[in-house]
Amino acid sequence: MFKNVYNWIDERLDITPIWRDVADHEVPEHVNPAHHFSAFVYCFGGLTFFITVIQILSGMFLTMYYVPDIINAYASVEYLQTKVAFGQIVRGMHHWGASLVIVMMFLHTMRVFFTGSYKAPREMNWVVGMLIFFVMLGLGLTGYLLPWDNKAYFATKVTLEIANSVPVMGPVLKELMQGGTIVGAETLTRFFALHVFFLPAVLLILLVGHFIMIRRQGISGPL
Amino acid sequence: MAHGDNSKEKIVYVGDSRVRRGSGFITPPDYTAYPGKSEAFIPNFLLKEWMVGVVVLVGILVLTISEPAPLGFPANANATVIPIPDWYFLFLYQYLKLPYASGDYIVLGTLGVTGVAFGSLLLAPFLDTGRERRFYRRPIASSLMFLSLIAIVYLTNTAWTEYKHEMAETGQIPEDVQREEKAAENKAKGLPTTSAVQAKEIAIVDKDDPAMALFKQATCVTCHAVDMKGAGGPSLRGVGDTHDKEAILAIIKNGQGQMPPMQDTAMAAGLSEQDIDSLATWLAKQKSEQ
Repeated sequence: MFKNVYNWIDERLDITPIWRDVADHEVPEHVNPAHHFSAFVYCFGGLTFFITVIQILSGMFLTMYYVPDIINAYASVEYLQTKVAFGQIVRGMHHWGASLVIVMMFLHTMRVFFTGSYKAPREMNWVVGMLIFFVMLGLGLTGYLLPWDNKAYFATKVTLEIANSVPVMGPVLKELMQGGTIVGAETLTRFFALHVFFLPAVLLILLVGHFIMIRRQGISGPL
Repeated sequence: MAHGDNSKEKIVYVGDSRVRRGSGFITPPDYTAYPGKSEAFIPNFLLKEWMVGVVVLVGILVLTISEPAPLGFPANANATVIPIPDWYFLFLYQYLKLPYASGDYIVLGTLGVTGVAFGSLLLAPFLDTGRERRFYRRPIASSLMFLSLIAIVYLTNTAWTEYKHEMAETGQIPEDVQREEKAAENKAKGLPTTSAVQAKEIAIVDKDDPAMALFKQATCVTCHAVDMKGAGGPSLRGVGDTHDKEAILAIIKNGQGQMPPMQDTAMAAGLSEQDIDSLATWLAKQKSEQ
């Protein structure tokens, strides 16, 4: 039954080569920690993706309770943290995952840098990877405000002041992010929209590009 | 995409891990054709990588259970809190406090050094174009990176130390710790444990006072509504918090903002001077807390 359905779809879309390429491509010995322990440094990219998946899943559950307005944001986070079953775990995973994804991504970047893997022909993949890094920092920055507690509020105020000090673009950038003249209701909804819709959308597009490129180019050879 | 052994292609990959282009169904490759102990991605390698993933997942869960995500008190613009960004921004935050990256030199801080550093990181492959990959044979690129790493560690540490020091000096305790302690205290006393701002509805004081009837008679209700919560005009519940009787009388007499002088309208509606006086007295009594 399953085979018939698969064949029916495969006849029309020819999907076999796609997943066979993902499944069957050879993983060379020099990146396999089972053969060389030092090859664990090649795990950081995969772990970054793994934690990103955790972030997306836990974030989806958080939005079931979170209310992005200045009156209810704090109350909803506090309710989630203290009253909802496993709410503390889900929020905790999102909170710690946010830090760990930065750590893993940093280690991955350092691995790629010190093994010289960004060199021709993989220049474009490095640039896309750096863009992913910046988007991740953006996600961290916007997510920090969402609990709407004092730490979040004052940190965001300082961040926007720093953005404001950039010549020419600064004040425009600040007002765009702030959504007005003060850090308030508009800022919270803007950061929420950026954190939940805009930046994840950009992130997913970049990740697809990152993965397609590494499949087409293969992993860099041994040093 | 396919690479044969007699490659005349411009780019030759070392340890090529790609699947060669075939026609139709791709049979799993004969691994002996590849040098070294390579293996298929799924399931062989992915299962091994998944084991590493499980260790990381358990790590996150242990962290999650032992250290709950912090939550302070609700944002309040008047609170005295030392602003601190998330830890991975600390180095930038500290860097922008340096004398040559702040004040008059802020442009050098935000665009100059930061822009050059991140810009060159973004464009690293186009700056470091040599074919050599080993880091110890690329002294310039490697030493610049090592230097940046040392700077990041140093700045992050300085920022955190200064923050701790400032907290100790001003005798502040992190708000998330305070909130947890307060919640635990309240729980022991059987009080609500929440720190969220409770929106309380302000009640009308002395609802049965004859002034309430005057309030309706004098057409105040047109703009301030029968329930005094305001319609075209502002809510008058709790107006006594900010205005005393004299101020209210003055507003009735002279108007304020969009509100025209209402004294004559009220007189025309049948109120006496004394009625207006008692109305103002009653309005001044409208305080949110009793």
